[in-house]
Amino acid sequence: MKVDSIRNGVVIDHITPGRGMAIYRFLGLDRLNCPIAIIMNAASRRMGAKDIIKVDVDLPLELDALGYIDPDVTVNVIENGILTRKYHPGLPEEIVDIVKCKNPRCITTTEQELPHVFRLTDKENRTYRCIYCESKSKE
Amino acid sequence: MRHLIGMDDLSVADIDKLIATAEDIIASPEKYSDVCRGKKLATLFYEPSTRTRLSFEAAMMELGGGVLGFSEAQSSSAAKGESVADTAKVISCFADIMVMRHFKEGAPMVAARNASIPVINAGDGGHNHPTQTLTDLLTIKREKGRLTNMTIGLCGDLKFGRTVHSLIEAMSRYEGIRFVLIAPEELPVPDYIKHEVLEKNGIPYEETTDLEAVLPSLDVLYMTRVQRERFFNEQDYIRLKDSYILTPLKLAKAKADCTVLHPLPRVNEISVAVDKDPRACYFKQVLCGKYIRMALIKMLLESTSEEA
Ligand SMILES: [Zn+2]
Repeated sequence: MKVDSIRNGVVIDHITPGRGMAIYRFLGLDRLNCPIAIIMNAASRRMGAKDIIKVDVDLPLELDALGYIDPDVTVNVIENGILTRKYHPGLPEEIVDIVKCKNPRCITTTEQELPHVFRLTDKENRTYRCIYCESKSKE
Repeated sequence: MRHLIGMDDLSVADIDKLIATAEDIIASPEKYSDVCRGKKLATLFYEPSTRTRLSFEAAMMELGGGVLGFSEAQSSSAAKGESVADTAKVISCFADIMVMRHFKEGAPMVAARNASIPVINAGDGGHNHPTQTLTDLLTIKREKGRLTNMTIGLCGDLKFGRTVHSLIEAMSRYEGIRFVLIAPEELPVPDYIKHEVLEKNGIPYEETTDLEAVLPSLDVLYMTRVQRERFFNEQDYIRLKDSYILTPLKLAKAKADCTVLHPLPRVNEISVAVDKDPRACYFKQVLCGKYIRMALIKMLLESTSEEA
């Protein structure tokens, strides 16, 4: 694929430099078999440098969790070669099965079918806590 | 539908309403002897806590309701591997309200997300035990006539004692509260309580290892147990344990209207000779526990029937 021209897919722009690979893994992009481009340390007027991920894919991508990892990214949705939507995921209020609770005393350690749910409890410090045991999330 | 999983589930207005109801129950119990007629409380105790379970059962009986349940995991379907989520759904078919105690943190929250009846947390590991805190608040209110403007001393194991942390958080929501934190150096109040609760809300506090020195300034003294297993070596434990035992001699230094509380069971941290002192309120506290649970059961059942 030509990095610049995507037919159908998303461009995740304004990624904090160095976070591109983390987002790639976090979103499970390694499990897709479509063309993916990761651009590291691209020049950015706003940020100095940034990472960019381009995914050429027809299926909808699950991007809710993206804001948890890097809330200031811009998501550009491209359909039939045209930019149809542009948005900032922001900090999600709740993330489900994105991170696991690491507290060994938490009920999620014994009941393995429970969803791992974390809720945003402090916007300023970007603190997420397990809804069951209230432990802070760790990436 | 409402649940009580942690003290965060209650506003100050809710707490005041629960306390007012409990005080009205104490004043005229006959008015309440029938309010839960035909209702059933299920007690799901995955770990034994006879005192808490009996308090809930007595509370429901005095409201005219019935009780059913289990008192240890071995005798329940949990022993066969049923999940808390499934148990909550099943129990919802039998009872109108459930109380859960579990050794894992967050188990009552799992129940609440799956039940179709109100869930009360009766202790989930070292995490939450909101009805103990409500009990403490009611006792302080009864003894002091207020929940504002007083100095509260907390003594003993302040590091691991969840009842202490929860009481600090709850009392921090009232005006004019000052805390004196009395603990051995090994067992201080955790930093997050100091930073996120006390300092964040501008609440004055003092830390000390010397109970006798601060006793005269206290309006409430909340004693907890200093457990041997919290110390690395036996000598430290032996050196410290006596300084946190309340005796009549020490209590002589306290205010005439000081209120002495303890979540019980005590081992030896309050000598039996103190029990006769009118300032010793820890058995009244047990009674308050039953009344506040009556108020809570009534409130949660009413919130459910209002929605129906
Ligand atoms: Zn957890």
